[in-house]
Amino acid sequence: MSEKKIRVLIAKPGLDGHDRGAKVIARALRDDGMEVIYTGLRQTPQMIAEAALQEDVDVVGLSILSGAHNALVPQVLEKLKENGQNDVFVFLGGIIPESDIPGLLALGVKKIYGPGTDTRVVCEDIRAALADRA
Amino acid sequence: MTDFSLETIRKGDKLALSRVLSRVEADHEAGRAALDALFPFTGSAHKIGITGAPGSGKSSLVNALAHHLRRAFPDARVAIIAVDPTSPFTGGAILGDRVRMPDLQNDPGIFIRSMATRGALGGLADATLALSQVFDAAGYEYIIIETVGAGQAEVDIVNLAHTTIVVDTPGMGDDIQTIKAGILEIADILVVNKADLPGADQTYRNLAAMIEMGYRGTGRINGGHHRSANAPTDRPEETRGWVPPVLKTTAVTAQGIADLMNAILQHQTYLRATNAWHEKENAAMQLIVNKLVLEELSNNWKQNLAPGLYESVLRALRQREISPRAAARALLAYNSK
Repeated sequence: MSEKKIRVLIAKPGLDGHDRGAKVIARALRDDGMEVIYTGLRQTPQMIAEAALQEDVDVVGLSILSGAHNALVPQVLEKLKENGQNDVFVFLGGIIPESDIPGLLALGVKKIYGPGTDTRVVCEDIRAALADRA
Repeated sequence: MTDFSLETIRKGDKLALSRVLSRVEADHEAGRAALDALFPFTGSAHKIGITGAPGSGKSSLVNALAHHLRRAFPDARVAIIAVDPTSPFTGGAILGDRVRMPDLQNDPGIFIRSMATRGALGGLADATLALSQVFDAAGYEYIIIETVGAGQAEVDIVNLAHTTIVVDTPGMGDDIQTIKAGILEIADILVVNKADLPGADQTYRNLAAMIEMGYRGTGRINGGHHRSANAPTDRPEETRGWVPPVLKTTAVTAQGIADLMNAILQHQTYLRATNAWHEKENAAMQLIVNKLVLEELSNNWKQNLAPGLYESVLRALRQREISPRAAARALLAYNSK
């Protein structure tokens, strides 16, 4: 097994129960040849960072439709850093108001996808971002 | 090897452990070196295998069992290796076992690692054994290995686990299924999960009857592999071998989990008290070393193969000038010159 598999954690932080988007993305990444760890609903930032640590993932995808992204995303980023995972590619999907996007990107979120995003774009973004890694 | 040190892993540094697991799984040079360095520290963990059909509740059972183990033995750390299948078409995988393990997410004494099979058959990934060795060396007392949803022949787990638990559920077939060869006969403990569903008693009786048949009779229907030196006799009190208990559980409510844990501990005691532990270790070591020898031989052979030889032999084979066996011999004989 010479080719390194891309490992992705798809997580839903917070309290909204709509996981269809997360599952569609998980499926699309799987079909693109990645290994996708799916953790289910209602995860705390602590749980997400711990799962990312134990699974040694290259990518964390967060799906948030509750509007709590400005509260949850910074906590996830902080905990990932606390655990020493500084080089994880973090992307966000869901209902994110235009005005919140610059702030989240400045915090370290790499990409933000809204409804209607072509899943192939997500796959390409991930592959491009990880291409220069060993 | 820059950010890996044996000390940090044995001290419980999760990032270091996690990265070593990835390297070992990738089977790169660094991973192999790590495994060589860690090997002397292996041998004390108790490995528990959990297998059964897709949807039989393996992950939920792992969740309940690990949770229970941690409460009973707060000082013992528990590692979980959960294997899910890789798509044969895309090479991708959805590893979804964590969804069923909500009770374990906030426990610092538990480490869950999901693995894709990456093409391996038999219910495990090629690197599952190696990952279990890393956890063993890192000081995890219990290592629970959950196989992919297994059918009738995915029995590799028996070579890896000290205690193999086979999970059955109500409504999976009549009693003829219980006397077929394969997955049921590798069980050290049989579990009827979802015991709250109709038909659980029937499934329980079928399994219990199968065990009865295998261990009370003179036949060896049920797995001589546990007791090669102790053939079952008509008098069970003289049988020193292990008779697999059949247990009923409802994993999501933790019903029956205490009994399951006790059965595992009893089996552990049994293995340690008899020669069975050494037999298992011996068999496992043989498999490991044989596999590595074959791998090395195969690699050497490929590297030393004369250019063009393979193609020319294949052409002769296609044209029916030589037989497949003659072709293989031709390839090996030229190779040794």
